[in-house]
Amino acid sequence: MTSTSAKYLHIDRVCKSFTNGSKVTDVLSDIRLTIDKGEFVSIIGHSGCGKSTLLNLIAGLTDVTTGALKLEGREVNAPGPERAVVFQNHSLLPWLTVYDNVKLAVNKVFSATKTRAERHDWILHNLDLVQMTHAADKRPGEISGGMRQRVGIARALSMEPKVLLLDEPFGALDALTRAHLQDAVMDIHARLGNTMIMITHDVDEAVLLADRIVMMTNGPAATIGEVLDVAIPRPRDRIALASHPDYVRAREAVLRFLYERHRFVEAAE
Amino acid sequence: MSVVALKSRPAESPKPEAKVMALPAPPKSRLAIRRILSDIAGRVLPPAVVLVVLLAIWQVAFSGQTSGLPTPSTVWTESADLILDPFYVYGTQDIGLGWRVLTSLERVAYGFGLAAVVGVLVGAILGQSALMMRGFDPIFQVLRTVPPLAWLPISLAAFMDSRPSAIFVIFITAIWPIIINTAAGVRAIPQDYRNVAAVLRLNQIEFFWKIMVPSAAPYIFSGLRIGVGLSWLAIVAAEMLTGGVGIGFFIWDAWNSSRLTDIIVALVYIGITGFVLDRLVGWIGTVVSRGTAT
Repeated sequence: MTSTSAKYLHIDRVCKSFTNGSKVTDVLSDIRLTIDKGEFVSIIGHSGCGKSTLLNLIAGLTDVTTGALKLEGREVNAPGPERAVVFQNHSLLPWLTVYDNVKLAVNKVFSATKTRAERHDWILHNLDLVQMTHAADKRPGEISGGMRQRVGIARALSMEPKVLLLDEPFGALDALTRAHLQDAVMDIHARLGNTMIMITHDVDEAVLLADRIVMMTNGPAATIGEVLDVAIPRPRDRIALASHPDYVRAREAVLRFLYERHRFVEAAE
Repeated sequence: MSVVALKSRPAESPKPEAKVMALPAPPKSRLAIRRILSDIAGRVLPPAVVLVVLLAIWQVAFSGQTSGLPTPSTVWTESADLILDPFYVYGTQDIGLGWRVLTSLERVAYGFGLAAVVGVLVGAILGQSALMMRGFDPIFQVLRTVPPLAWLPISLAAFMDSRPSAIFVIFITAIWPIIINTAAGVRAIPQDYRNVAAVLRLNQIEFFWKIMVPSAAPYIFSGLRIGVGLSWLAIVAAEMLTGGVGIGFFIWDAWNSSRLTDIIVALVYIGITGFVLDRLVGWIGTVVSRGTAT
């Protein structure tokens, strides 16, 4: 998987600091990471380590302070639909129906390339990918948290992104719903072969979904502490995996990193 | 303790013997009608009683020979035509109060409509830019406290005509709460929605219509509601000074010809119209911003 196309997404010595008056806070320092096309990468770390900041940098929602970020050789310096984001709290527009939320994205991205009928079919196709066609006419306030997150994924997928960025997408969901959605994401990844980057603080989630796990050190000035390859063949089954030696080993490695070498220091600020 | 408690429990268990009995269904429709009737009575009766009591006190208090103000009964005997037929036309200056209210409302429509459009646009710009906000906000905070009529002389001097002057006074009175509320609403747009707009690369106009207006709608409409109330206050006062056929001028005219009972009827018209305007904008607001609260 790693051999086909080198340097699809290239993060080169990226640093990020926030300036508040005269106070400068280094959030990320010297991030170097190369992600291949079609790869699924999980980014894990304790809260406050700058995981979300890293994702926002890739999304283009925040600017890098130094260093460079390139997607297919082109520098990333603004947000755009080719790097769609599934936000932590779904971020659906509450005054639009499920269908219209996806439509907003589809109409914007495909206004020139698809006809009205094609766009309609494309919206329904994407809702179908996350099994949400039945709620197309409901508003986000009328559906459950898990469903909202599904729609958020559908909206992101509908932009046909080169890279799909997921910012702790299942953090606020209960364990059963979360497992359901993890399966859905794995299924979509298998079918579409998207490049996906997912922020998580759940060790099992990281190991189950990812080809590689990027482990972040604690902030301030957090950086990549370790990268772990998860060489478990796909499709992966969560039940069979529970006792799989590779899975257990990967899980242990991540746990060791998080709780032995980079323990979360309470009240660091 | 716990052992005893455990042992004693089985003795109590063979108990459930109660039969399920269907209760006779209550006559639903009659009950529903009665509930609606009592609901209406609960809303209408208290204000009606208060009104009757107030009218009675008024009647008794001003019945004396020396009293300078008319009683409700004299209002009725002298101005019944104004109350009963709001839309009569006897001549260019002798028309029903309904027509006068409509003339005033027309001016309000122009002034307030203009204030709504300009206010929302200016508010949106200020809400988007922290720097603009810092620059303009103190000035607006001062200007908004200027009483409506204080604008009138300047307005007359600028427009040289009473009609645009009255409209300008309404405009300048109503615009401040609209600007200030819209700016607050725009600043309160969640960062999430802004991120969505950024990822989708919505342009300024798309952002305005698809994110800003629906998201800030509750704020915008509370500003519009305050604005329409102020407009109504301003037009009555402005018409007293500028003349014409509006309800405000009617009051001034009635005062000059000592028709106190007419003034009292006009006050009731003004109060009811203001109330209806307020409710109307409030209602439009709830309809438009439906589903905004998650």
